[in-house]
Amino acid sequence: MTFEVITSSLGQVGSTVLFILVGTILLEILIYLIMGKVLKSRYTLPAMLLGPGIVGLAALIVYPLLWELNLSFTNMSLRRFGDKAEYTWLVCQAADPAAINSWLFDCLLKNYADVFRLPVLKQVYFFPVFFRTILWTFINLVFHLLGGLGLAMLLNRPMRGRALYRTLLILPWAIPQVIAVLAWRGEFNFEYGFPNIMLTQIGLEPVKWLTDPTWNFIAMCMVNIWLGIPFMMVILLGGLQSISREYYEAAEIDGAGGWGQFRNITLPLLQPVMTPAIILGTIWTFNNFNVPFFINQFELETSDILVTALFRAAFQYNRYGFSAAFAFVIFIILLLYSIFYIHVTGTLKEVKL
Amino acid sequence: MSVTAKQTGAFSSFFKARRGDSPFKRLLIHLTLIFSSIIAVYPVLRVVSVSLRPGNRLLSTSLAIIPEDATLDNYVTVLLDQNLLLWVWNSLAITVSTAIIGVILASTSAYAFSRWKFPGRTSGLIFLLATQMIPAAMLMVPIFILAVRLNLVGTYRGLVIAYSVSSIPFSIWILKGYYDTIPLDLEEAAMIDGAGRLSAFYRIILPLSTPALAIVFLFSFMTAWNDYLLARVLLANATAIWTWPLGLQSLQGQFQTAWGQFAAGSVLVTIPVLVLFLYSSRWLISGLTLGGVKG
Repeated sequence: MTFEVITSSLGQVGSTVLFILVGTILLEILIYLIMGKVLKSRYTLPAMLLGPGIVGLAALIVYPLLWELNLSFTNMSLRRFGDKAEYTWLVCQAADPAAINSWLFDCLLKNYADVFRLPVLKQVYFFPVFFRTILWTFINLVFHLLGGLGLAMLLNRPMRGRALYRTLLILPWAIPQVIAVLAWRGEFNFEYGFPNIMLTQIGLEPVKWLTDPTWNFIAMCMVNIWLGIPFMMVILLGGLQSISREYYEAAEIDGAGGWGQFRNITLPLLQPVMTPAIILGTIWTFNNFNVPFFINQFELETSDILVTALFRAAFQYNRYGFSAAFAFVIFIILLLYSIFYIHVTGTLKEVKL
Repeated sequence: MSVTAKQTGAFSSFFKARRGDSPFKRLLIHLTLIFSSIIAVYPVLRVVSVSLRPGNRLLSTSLAIIPEDATLDNYVTVLLDQNLLLWVWNSLAITVSTAIIGVILASTSAYAFSRWKFPGRTSGLIFLLATQMIPAAMLMVPIFILAVRLNLVGTYRGLVIAYSVSSIPFSIWILKGYYDTIPLDLEEAAMIDGAGRLSAFYRIILPLSTPALAIVFLFSFMTAWNDYLLARVLLANATAIWTWPLGLQSLQGQFQTAWGQFAAGSVLVTIPVLVLFLYSSRWLISGLTLGGVKG
């Protein structure tokens, strides 16, 4: 950490920002000239407002996605990753003709077929990992929702110390995730971690959190539940506070009990807040990388979920073409889930698209 | 649905929120909240505890939070012998610049989405939502290969460019939702007074949406600040520009000696973020529900 380091990094970062700014200005002028002067479009101003964002998203999301799609039809791996990048489309010229049963699945879609018929890492196949991911998502979401809703309802009543409780309960969300997860991993040490110390103090056997596959999975879930409850709690608390007290007063006059009020007032009125939170929560949990990747210190394949398996396939085994196909399979699963969920619950209908 | 009267009673007393709660019930609620708070806080305090232990007592089966022979050695070591300051500086330089770019791009784009009905608007918004479904690891391979081609691996430049867009989709959604709640009349009044559309945006909409802009800035900042994956892929061997997640992770790898330094580094990195977060959490909550939910 010297003066030179500071100036050189400032120079690099500054020049990059400057580069982006100059690019933006040129882009704005270009849009103004083409749409405003030549086409005389009434959408010139929105196009100018959107232009830089679109270019950024196109360059860093759309283009890599298309690139990845192309990659998923190729045989690229570390061996073929050189200056020349001699990878080709999988069109079966080199393959053994005897081994080809179907042109579609053995040539064109070979990588996609391999996702389902070969181990995605060294030993595990796609479907066990997929079902583990569903189990992981389901367990986490259920606990996030129950814990978040329970705490939000307790915090939604007038009482002493509410602000203090809220602050303390938000804490896991406020800690940088990498730190929280790495600290938890340290605490899963067999001898010196606090979960095992507590277990032995109440007379139970210590647990092999990091080496036993089942306990490793449970450890992952514990950490992620701990991390995720505050977000749900905060979102649901916001939703609860927007429900007018009058509904409850009216229900009480009609003689509705607590459970009836909860079912007929709280849940339906919480729905607009809960549905997006559930969709987002599912996607975030399904795609959660840090927790399963770090807690699984010894890289047990039996604890991997889809996204960590994807990362390992790409960057530890360097099977780029294969992992691109793998990535698209995961993406399509999530897309189908979201479309299904949105369709069933009818959300986004009221959202002014 | 056969719920006995007793159960209904238990349910109603649990779910109802009214002033005249019995003392026993209030005690029960406080106990639940205290217990939950302990679960939330204890692991964090453990990190503090480990950071205060002297080097020869890092591994201990004590559950006490403040060790008897507490020392600040680990803090001194991580600041002087390790590169914590450098890592934090790298993160800061990269993160602040990307957050500024991100907020500028998102605030203008969101304004276009909020105030104009142009062709492709709906599909654009759906596309932004769909980007949230892309697993982070999915874009790593193409971004890594592109970065190799463009000589951006191991540079600040690569990370700044890659991060600057990452939080935009979510930011646009939040900001669009917020702009939608600002009545159009305000801009029209300004435009009658002779202001152009852009100056109405600049003078009226932007100042009015300061809370949402602050949230979006915080969000973009946090996304880049806490990222491990992209930094690891792009900076794996460039130790000189490691961001703090990479640095701290390298300390955590060797369990025995660096465990205390890892803890001390974690405390030092967390405190500013924690203060910022807790300070902003009040309007963070209202902003998220306003922008994200009311649409």
